[in-house]
Amino acid sequence: MTLALVLEQLLNGVQFGLMLFLMSAGLTLVFGVMGLINLAHGSLYMIGAFLCAAVAAASGNFWLGLVAGIAAAAAAGALIEILVIRRLYARDHLDQVLATFALILILSEGVRMVFGPFPLYLNVPEALRGTVSLGIVEYSVYRLALIGFGLAVALGLWALIAKTRLGIRIRAGESDREMIAALGVNIRALYTIVFALGAGLAGLAGALVGAIQSVQVGMGEPVLILAFVVIVIGGIGSIRGAMVGALLVGVIDTMGRFLLPRFFATFMETSQAMGVGAALASMLIYLLMALVLIFRPKGLFPAHG
Amino acid sequence: MDSTRKEWLLNALIAGALFAVPLWACVVNEPFIITLATRIAILAIAAVGLNIALGLGGMVSFGHALYLGLGGYVAGIAAHHAFHGTEILGLPGTNQMLPIWALATVLSGLVAGVVGALSLRTSGIFFIMITLAFAQMGFFFTLSWPAYGGEDGLPIFVRNQFPGLNTARPWEMFLLAYAVLMLCLAAFAGLRAARFGAALMAIRQNPDRAAALGISPFGIKLVAFVLSGMITGLAGAMMADLTRFVSPAMMAWTVSGELIVIIILGGVGRLFGPVAGAAILVGFEVFFGGLTEHWKLWLGLVLLAVVLFARGGFIGLLAGRVRHGG
Repeated sequence: MTLALVLEQLLNGVQFGLMLFLMSAGLTLVFGVMGLINLAHGSLYMIGAFLCAAVAAASGNFWLGLVAGIAAAAAAGALIEILVIRRLYARDHLDQVLATFALILILSEGVRMVFGPFPLYLNVPEALRGTVSLGIVEYSVYRLALIGFGLAVALGLWALIAKTRLGIRIRAGESDREMIAALGVNIRALYTIVFALGAGLAGLAGALVGAIQSVQVGMGEPVLILAFVVIVIGGIGSIRGAMVGALLVGVIDTMGRFLLPRFFATFMETSQAMGVGAALASMLIYLLMALVLIFRPKGLFPAHG
Repeated sequence: MDSTRKEWLLNALIAGALFAVPLWACVVNEPFIITLATRIAILAIAAVGLNIALGLGGMVSFGHALYLGLGGYVAGIAAHHAFHGTEILGLPGTNQMLPIWALATVLSGLVAGVVGALSLRTSGIFFIMITLAFAQMGFFFTLSWPAYGGEDGLPIFVRNQFPGLNTARPWEMFLLAYAVLMLCLAAFAGLRAARFGAALMAIRQNPDRAAALGISPFGIKLVAFVLSGMITGLAGAMMADLTRFVSPAMMAWTVSGELIVIIILGGVGRLFGPVAGAAILVGFEVFFGGLTEHWKLWLGLVLLAVVLFARGGFIGLLAGRVRHGG
């Protein structure tokens, strides 16, 4: 085990964490502002990836595909907010879980009907292929670009929420929904915008990750569950918490899968160590989440005090 | 006719139909339909378990697949060792359902006790998520643990046995599942009518008022959660025997979702809600699954419509609303 290998895995963890952040940011915003638990967020991730792959294949241009993916996910988000989600704000969590579970079934089958049952493939854009030398390690340019992309979007999101009028309204919506409605803000439109914003971020994540994985129906759900782990660890409703949680989950998951089998191999037989290590590594982040909830039942950065 | 009598009539009809249809299938020799009815009965047992936590206690557990899978693996592992004549932790395997059921129930209860004790410190969306997290732990553990098949699952080569029955025959396996279902329903009804059930429902409706009456919410909810996990674990052992196969897929989060869907389709907190819901879900899958490969789209639309417009589920639709919140 060399330092270069550890560094590479660490970068992979950060890259994974930042993609999780893109997913979690929308989820946590929607929960913070509207009090809604949205299981269908993973479907928006899938829609972003599928549209990006389809448009990129048709036009030969990855960036055009990326824009299409974001736009499609945001539009789908706005549409389902207006048609379905809007009726769920006043309902309890059970109804929200069920209705958005139903949306997963509908959107997954819908995508399967439109794009067929086979996975699509999305190539990494020409300019970002190959590797780059980072002193002691050769690292994939595309993954490095994902890290840059993730950081830039996080910065943009922070600016949007901290510096713009829309951001002020979103924050006001988080602390007191009735009051900002009484102050004359069109709360329904605000909700739709926040939902579409979160959906667009999910679509972006799906499109970006689609280039290093296969684009297939059901790709959103594993990421969705990880994003839930992230926002529960970070504190539901907190963007800062989502960032910390996403990096924690990304790095711990990646490093756990890398280090635990090697750790067990120091005192066990190799094949057995691989099994035990892998089993434990895959449970690690859920263990972390359970621990956080037991000691900090509202997450690391509780959003509402 | 008032809604309580209507509901009892409906319950009798559902119980009768679930018996009559496979009986007819037995007469005309249609084993597929008998197995389908057995599947409905076993799924209903699992959902009766969840209905204690969700319907009576208002605890939205999004991780009951964990207990289903645990029960399944108890049956699978016991049969595996019995088949190969090997030992596990110094004990021989077994191909007898009764000890398997006992072990599945006790083990599920123990795990539910730990999960419940930790999860009940939280509430609302955090409770939903932490129960999901525990189930995911189980899912990934079984997925990556190689000893019992890992990702590929574990087959049960010969269905486990029950004294006096030939469980390999579909009709006798159905009778067994049906009898267990009726026992579980009786237990649910008894629990609901007992002081314990009253306390549990009082906590769901108003925890502060219940606490002011001297009822400790944590203890009652924990006991309910444990009982809930035990029944679902029992169903898991039976399900593994029905399909003669157990795999991590039994612990997947979608299974937890489906168990909730069954209860909602049938009617939350209703005695026969899980039975009606399981029949609707399985019937939907078989009927629409035969018509179109995209049946899940239609299931999603129906579920969405039930959540948005028919909140009492199937039984609520036909028997009317419960006046005192069930």
